Amino acid sequence: MRCEKSFSVEGGNFAAAGNVSSAIKGILKEIGLPKDTVRRAAIVCYESEINIVSYAKKGQIVLQADNRSVQIEAMDEGSGIADIEQAMKEGYSTASAQVREMGFGAGMGLSNMKRYSDDFFISSEVGVGTYVKMVVVNLDLKLNPDHPQWVETYT
Amino acid sequence: MDLAAIVKALNLKVRCGEKALNREVKGGYVGDLLSDVIANSQEGHVWITRQVHQNVVAVASLKDLAAVILVQGTEPAPEALEKAAREGIPILVAAEPGFEVAGKIYRLIAP
Repeated sequence: MRCEKSFSVEGGNFAAAGNVSSAIKGILKEIGLPKDTVRRAAIVCYESEINIVSYAKKGQIVLQADNRSVQIEAMDEGSGIADIEQAMKEGYSTASAQVREMGFGAGMGLSNMKRYSDDFFISSEVGVGTYVKMVVVNLDLKLNPDHPQWVETYT
Repeated sequence: MDLAAIVKALNLKVRCGEKALNREVKGGYVGDLLSDVIANSQEGHVWITRQVHQNVVAVASLKDLAAVILVQGTEPAPEALEKAAREGIPILVAAEPGFEVAGKIYRLIAP
């Protein structure tokens, strides 16, 4: 089973934050991906969703998944990141007081995204927006030389 | 130890998620920073916090936590309660502060 789906995320709407991640978690479970893969993908998705809500006017999360891997792209029209290297450091945050009060803005969002994904790419332009691409691999995969795609999953 | 035993021992008020009280509690995590909890809590943990808004439920659900325990008698926000009930995640309210709650649970379940 293969799934491609795009979700829009509204900036500033903390009440809806997490809805996309929940939906994606459901889809990945349905695909039959192992628990660990689903959880890691849901976490990186949630962190990117929170970043769009916290720092952008609007954004989009695009999911592409099959039984081998999950790709999540998060792109937004927002404030962008001036210094990505600094932003990646755990504890660094530019979150507003309101965002921090809710328990966000701990400066761990981007580092969590990197930590829980197997491949992580980020690009950003100040005043324009940010693009993040993350891949989470199904670690239960094994190679199968008889299979045209070389892989199958342990069940 | 299951959640029901902890509820009883600490006299916690069950606000929702009654059906999941038979779940095994494997440990706990204390924190009000959501990303910290995402990074460091583990499946089957109880999460002890002061945060009451609905994003708490999203984090608990993403990490497959056993329950959220609100401290100091703090009640969950109505939207949080609704969401948690829908997702079957227990929200428990403790009258005591976080330090006491964590200490008591640790004593109950530490190996």
